[in-house]
Amino acid sequence: MTDLLAIGTRKGLWLARSDDDRRTWTLGEPHLLAQEVAAVSIDTRGPGPRVLAGVQYGHWGPTVMRSDDLGASWQETEAGAIRFPEDTGAALARVWQLRPDSADRPGVVWAGCEPHSLWRSTDGGCSFELVRGLWDHPHRPTWEPGGGGGAVHTVLPDPASDRVTVAMSTGGVYVSEDGASTWEPRNAGISAVFLPEPAPEYGQCVHKVAVDAAGPDRMYAQNHFGVFRTDDAGGSWTSIAEGLPADFGFPVVASPSAPGTAWVVPLVADMQRVPPEGRLRVHRTRDAGGSWTGLGSGLPDRFWAAVMRDGFCADEGDPTGLYVGTRDGCVYASADEGDTFSLVADHLPDVLVVRAARIPG
Amino acid sequence: MRVEVVLPGVLADLAGGTRHLEVAPGGGALADLLDTLAVVHPRLARRIRDEAGAVRRFVNVYVDGEDVRYAGGLGTPVPDGAVVQVLPSVAGG
Repeated sequence: MTDLLAIGTRKGLWLARSDDDRRTWTLGEPHLLAQEVAAVSIDTRGPGPRVLAGVQYGHWGPTVMRSDDLGASWQETEAGAIRFPEDTGAALARVWQLRPDSADRPGVVWAGCEPHSLWRSTDGGCSFELVRGLWDHPHRPTWEPGGGGGAVHTVLPDPASDRVTVAMSTGGVYVSEDGASTWEPRNAGISAVFLPEPAPEYGQCVHKVAVDAAGPDRMYAQNHFGVFRTDDAGGSWTSIAEGLPADFGFPVVASPSAPGTAWVVPLVADMQRVPPEGRLRVHRTRDAGGSWTGLGSGLPDRFWAAVMRDGFCADEGDPTGLYVGTRDGCVYASADEGDTFSLVADHLPDVLVVRAARIPG
Repeated sequence: MRVEVVLPGVLADLAGGTRHLEVAPGGGALADLLDTLAVVHPRLARRIRDEAGAVRRFVNVYVDGEDVRYAGGLGTPVPDGAVVQVLPSVAGG
């Protein structure tokens, strides 16, 4: 088997491979060079892996590219895979998230985009349909753009039910229990320090949400100030930031196999988006946020960059592997759940997204 | 009626490998020309306009040397024999 790591950056996509169970990595040549790649997925459900990339062609606008040969060639749907219907009057600004659904929903891929919108594909990402239930939600006109733009940046389809959870900056967490037809906000307990009302029904700037291995009702949220957990599918959220050096940050990653295990990468504050004391550290909980341990073996000190919301991911290996991509163009990998990290790549453009998958070697 | 469209090199691949296209637009305005272009070269057309029809922010279009943003926008007349040039603006980093 080969472990594949896709690294989307401000100026291109790189693929790294490991053929020795993630002990060493080989970085390939750049793909889509000079184009921003803010979203990537590696879909392993088909006969071969399909890489989807949300690309921003600089002057020339956004699109979705796909490769069925690990980047040897790229295809683009002629009319555009994601294209707002004429009646919306909207135009795609950026693809923020590409998320293949479960294995028993072959061909289904979700996309989160800017402006705030959710899309569903049934043909492996060749074409997407706008999810009208969310687009037509009466709250949508009041979802304000965050600093990076207003987008659905997190899409979490539940493999065992019709539930779909999304997170937006801003907007917060919204959940559908009927396959994305109808939606309701689920932000009770999540703070919104930038709004006059401290705990509004919606409007939060939730940076990332991850589902715990215990089941779909338990999720973690890294908020724009605050780290939270829900045990009732977003019905209520409680702070789990106690024990962290800072509660600001962008990514949160949950273990795909160990209930209660998750990781965050704290930054000092929204006005100081650097790690505490200039040290890149991943913080891990083993007890669903009851306590946290800072992990820094192999990670740099004197580090003054940040990790973006999709610049951190886990793989499906045993033990779980972690991948951290930084805005100063480095990627660190851990094959032991964060106990130790090693450098996979450096001197890349700003890393925006990392995604890992295990494929036949 | 025929119009010459001149593309930057970076878009040539989307126009069959050429920077110069001869187009017979379906009408006399820039929008008609771009609509015609979209039928033959849809990916090229999407680089110039978004799906709502607007010329992308950092793309400049000139009709016989005149920036259409300061002319009639998508309604800018494109006469027979005109040269329509597409250029990227100064942007990026």
